[in-house]
Amino acid sequence: MVMLSARAVTYRISGKALVDGVTLDLRGGELVALLGPNGAGKSTLLKLLCGQIRPTQGEVSFEGRALQDWPSRELARRRAVLPQSSVVPFDFTALEIVLLGRSPHGDGGIHETLGREAMAKTECLHLADRTVTTLSGGEMQRVHLARVLVQVGLKPGNDPRCLMLDEPISNLDPAHQHSALRIARDLARDGAGVLIVLHDLNLAAQYADRLVLLKAGKVLADGAPDAVFTEERIGSVFDVKATVVRNPLCDAPAVFVDR
Amino acid sequence: MPGISPPKVISRPRISSYGICRRRGLILAVLALLLVVTSVVSLCLGAVKIPPEEVIGAFLGTAADSRHESVFWQLRLPRIALGFLVGGALSVAGVLMQGLFRNPLADPALIGASSGGALGAVFVLVLAHRFFPEIPILSDLRLLPLAAFAGALLVTGFVQRLSNVGGYTAVATLLLVGVAINALANSLIGLATFLSTDAQLRSLSFWTLGSLGGANWQVVLMTAPFCLGLIVLAPIWGGALNALALGEAEAGHLGFAVEKIKTILVVLTAAGVGASVAFTGIILFVGLVVPHLMRSLIGPDHRWLIPGAALLGAILLIASDTMARTMLAPAELPIGVITAGFGTPFFLFMLLRQRRKALWG
Repeated sequence: MVMLSARAVTYRISGKALVDGVTLDLRGGELVALLGPNGAGKSTLLKLLCGQIRPTQGEVSFEGRALQDWPSRELARRRAVLPQSSVVPFDFTALEIVLLGRSPHGDGGIHETLGREAMAKTECLHLADRTVTTLSGGEMQRVHLARVLVQVGLKPGNDPRCLMLDEPISNLDPAHQHSALRIARDLARDGAGVLIVLHDLNLAAQYADRLVLLKAGKVLADGAPDAVFTEERIGSVFDVKATVVRNPLCDAPAVFVDR
Repeated sequence: MPGISPPKVISRPRISSYGICRRRGLILAVLALLLVVTSVVSLCLGAVKIPPEEVIGAFLGTAADSRHESVFWQLRLPRIALGFLVGGALSVAGVLMQGLFRNPLADPALIGASSGGALGAVFVLVLAHRFFPEIPILSDLRLLPLAAFAGALLVTGFVQRLSNVGGYTAVATLLLVGVAINALANSLIGLATFLSTDAQLRSLSFWTLGSLGGANWQVVLMTAPFCLGLIVLAPIWGGALNALALGEAEAGHLGFAVEKIKTILVVLTAAGVGASVAFTGIILFVGLVVPHLMRSLIGPDHRWLIPGAALLGAILLIASDTMARTMLAPAELPIGVITAGFGTPFFLFMLLRQRRKALWG
């Protein structure tokens, strides 16, 4: 079932197209990674797909209904979005931040257990009572990840759920990067549609069902990792000399780069 | 999950949210009690001292000295009521602005909202008394809070637009715009007081330092709807303000209609600030100090912070006003002298703290 669908979406700012005619589907049950060099338009595309900005042309729909026709609270119950993290100006505790994820459900105060469960899952439960202004970037990312988890619900529900994450692992160490992506993949296995902006090609190939390769606002390739990762394509998109091999640890391609 | 074993997780010491709620409820109760005590002390003190038992007597209409009774009803009580309204409204306005601008340095007086309100009120007064004395509606006192509301709304809306860059507040812009607006407003108010000889305009120092000296029941009744409206309605958006702390986009993704909520909060704030300024002038730093103190007492959760700030603000303003009118009695100090006295060092301290946290941008 198509959960999120973008049709010929273009976003122009003072004449320059940051996103140019992108058509993209996200189905329930799949994890899609959005890849591309800096300035390719990944974050802009994510903002368009989640409705934070309106496309200049084209349309984005969620569950068959145009994004702007969704009541924001209804949408927030089915879909969680994690932008690149910003500074929280007040001394909230990590648990309070996580429980903000329940706001669209109107049960923030009473779902402390749910919050703690999510924090245990993203390995930040030990930070629950710390104030967020004292947390490191990586710790904060795990707290935010727990927040979007409680927003869409930890357990598989009847409603289809959607998760959109913009570079959610950029500040994490390798162990936490893997566990965060494992959580995302498990959610997809439970039926959620997950879209992640990533920089690490090999992690993307290892965890995603589908890769979408973006350059200069256009989709260059969209498909299974093996189909997307060709030496020639990676080489030209990222302006490097690339070698694609088999990942010795799992059934996925792996990329090595020589400048 | 590597590195996490469930038993260790469960055995962690935890503060239950029930316990936190009880603690916060207790803090609010203590503040309410303190408010009563402060009010009673303030009722007793002044040029005419009223003994505590006479305060109760005056209230019940059984005071031994009828002079006590009239001081109680005509001077002290309306003044305390005005202090409650203005102190509560300025503090809640501070909380809302800080939440809205996502910065603990925002304050109605600092960003120029109070000056805008004062300018609105002064504008009407000058029009009424110097240029169009024949138009009776201009002399209607009820026009003052409305004009001040409009002035405060204009400035707050303007500052908000100007300092908002992609959903985040540029703090330097926010404060500098405030400096500019305050300078402009002060000079215009100075010009107006120069042009007008009317007693109602009073002095420049009334507008720039504030005073509760003009309190009477009529003023209290005119201020009350605006200030109480702000204090009572603001907690409705407590949850939204919590989400806004994450950022405007994030709050939107959590299902809040951010633009609508921002507009409502700006209007509410301007109403409370405008009505306060119209009759008490610009009282500095209350909106900055009270929310900060309250946050360290009760935490940053706006659902608790707003009522807490209203109570603490009322206490602080009533206490400051009591000091202002007793320290050099029978002369009265402008209340801003007292509030700026503790507010300025506090503001500087916060600036330094924030610089260390590198929240500038």
